[in-house]
Amino acid sequence: MSLTFTLDGKSIPFAEGQTIIQAAQAAGVFIPHLCYHPEFKPHGSCKLCTVKVNGRHTASCTMRAAAGMVVESETEEINAERRALTQMLFVEGNHFCPSCEQSGNCQLQATAYHLGMMSPHYDHFFPNRAVDASHPDFLLDFNRCILCSLCVRASRDVDGKNVFALSGRGIKTHLIVNARSGQLGDTDFTPADKAAQVCPVGVILRKRRGFAVPIGERQYDKAPISETANDNC
Amino acid sequence: MKKKLKVATTSLAGCFGCHMSFLDIDERLFTLLEHIEFDRSPLTDIKHCSPDCDIGIVEGGLCNAENVHVLREFRQNCKVLIAIGACAINGGLPAQRNHLPLTTILEEVYHTSPGLKNGMIPNDPELPLPLDQVHPIHEVVKVDYFIPGCPPSGDAIWKVLTDLLAGKEPELGHGLMHYD
Repeated sequence: MSLTFTLDGKSIPFAEGQTIIQAAQAAGVFIPHLCYHPEFKPHGSCKLCTVKVNGRHTASCTMRAAAGMVVESETEEINAERRALTQMLFVEGNHFCPSCEQSGNCQLQATAYHLGMMSPHYDHFFPNRAVDASHPDFLLDFNRCILCSLCVRASRDVDGKNVFALSGRGIKTHLIVNARSGQLGDTDFTPADKAAQVCPVGVILRKRRGFAVPIGERQYDKAPISETANDNC
Repeated sequence: MKKKLKVATTSLAGCFGCHMSFLDIDERLFTLLEHIEFDRSPLTDIKHCSPDCDIGIVEGGLCNAENVHVLREFRQNCKVLIAIGACAINGGLPAQRNHLPLTTILEEVYHTSPGLKNGMIPNDPELPLPLDQVHPIHEVVKVDYFIPGCPPSGDAIWKVLTDLLAGKEPELGHGLMHYD
C-alpha cells in the first residue's frame, strides 16, 4: 500500500523517511523556503517552510511525512506569517536590491515577490557590517546575510573545508570566516567549492561577474520562484 | 459628472526617477486626467496640499528635517498615502550612508576631499538640518499603499492607480512587482 498525506486537500505520496517538503517537491508542489536545500541536511532555521500539521505549526523541512497527516500550507494565515518573517529578514540586514548583483536571481527577493511583500513594514536596523574583498575571486557582502547556513553546510559537508561558521547567539548571530584573520583571502576557499554556489542571496559573489545578465533575462524575471524552485533546488 | 480625485505628489530624498516613471504611463495620462486633478506636485508647482486631497504619492525617504515636515503635511491632508519607489519604502540609495556618522560624511564632502582645503560645512539657517540616518517614510507616518521598484515601471504605477480608482485593493503580479 502506498503511503500518502494530504497537503491543502491534495493527496501527496511519500517514501518512508521523506520530510514533508521533500515529498511536496517530488509531487511538484511549492512550499516557500530559504534555508532548505535538497542536497543538504535540513537546518530548520528560516521557518519560511512552516506548515500546519494536524493544526500545529512545524517546519516542513524537518518534519518527516507520516501517513494520513493533514497538512496546510497555502492558507492566508500561514502566508501572512511567512510574509512577516521575510519582512524581518529584510529589516535586519541591508537589502538594497537596486544596487545588488544578485537582484533578479535572489531567492529572498523572489520569495518576497511570491508572498506579495509590498513593504518591509518594520523599522529598519541598518546594521553596520563590513564587506570582505580579500579573496582574489570572491567578495563577501555580509549586509545581505540571512543566516541560512547553506555555505556553512556546503563547506563543511561537501567541500570538507569548514570555511564558514555562524557565530554568536540570538539577534547577535552572524556569519564568520574560519581564518585567524577572519578574511576569506586567508582560507583555501576556491571557485570550485560547493559553498561558492549555494548562497541564496547576494553575500558570496564572484568578482568581475556583476550584472552580467541584463534585467528581463535573470532567473526570476522569467518565471516566479513558485514555478522554478523545484527545477533547481 | 463625478468629482475628480485630488492627487498630490512629492519627491523627498529621491531622484525624481519615480516621477519620471509616472510620466511613462504616457498617453494614459489623458485617461487618468478624466478621473483626477493634480494638487501639490512638482508637475503643477503648487506649494502646499489642499486640505481635501484624496491621494498623496510620496517618492524618496527622509534625509532631513524638511522631508519630515513635507511628509507630515501630506499625511495630514491626503486620505490615502502611497509610498512610491525603493527610497520611500526602505531608504534606498541615500540610506546607504546610514552606517557612517553624519559628521564624517559632512567633513569628507565639504572639507577633507581633495581641493576643499578651505571648505566649510554649510550652516545657513535656511538649510534643513540633515537627519543622522535616512529613514523610509513608513517609520514616521502611516502609509496605506506601497509601489516598490527603482523606479516602479509606468505599468506598475498605472496598475496601482487604476486598481485604487476602481475601488480595488492594488495588486502587482509577476513582472510588475520589482524591488530594483
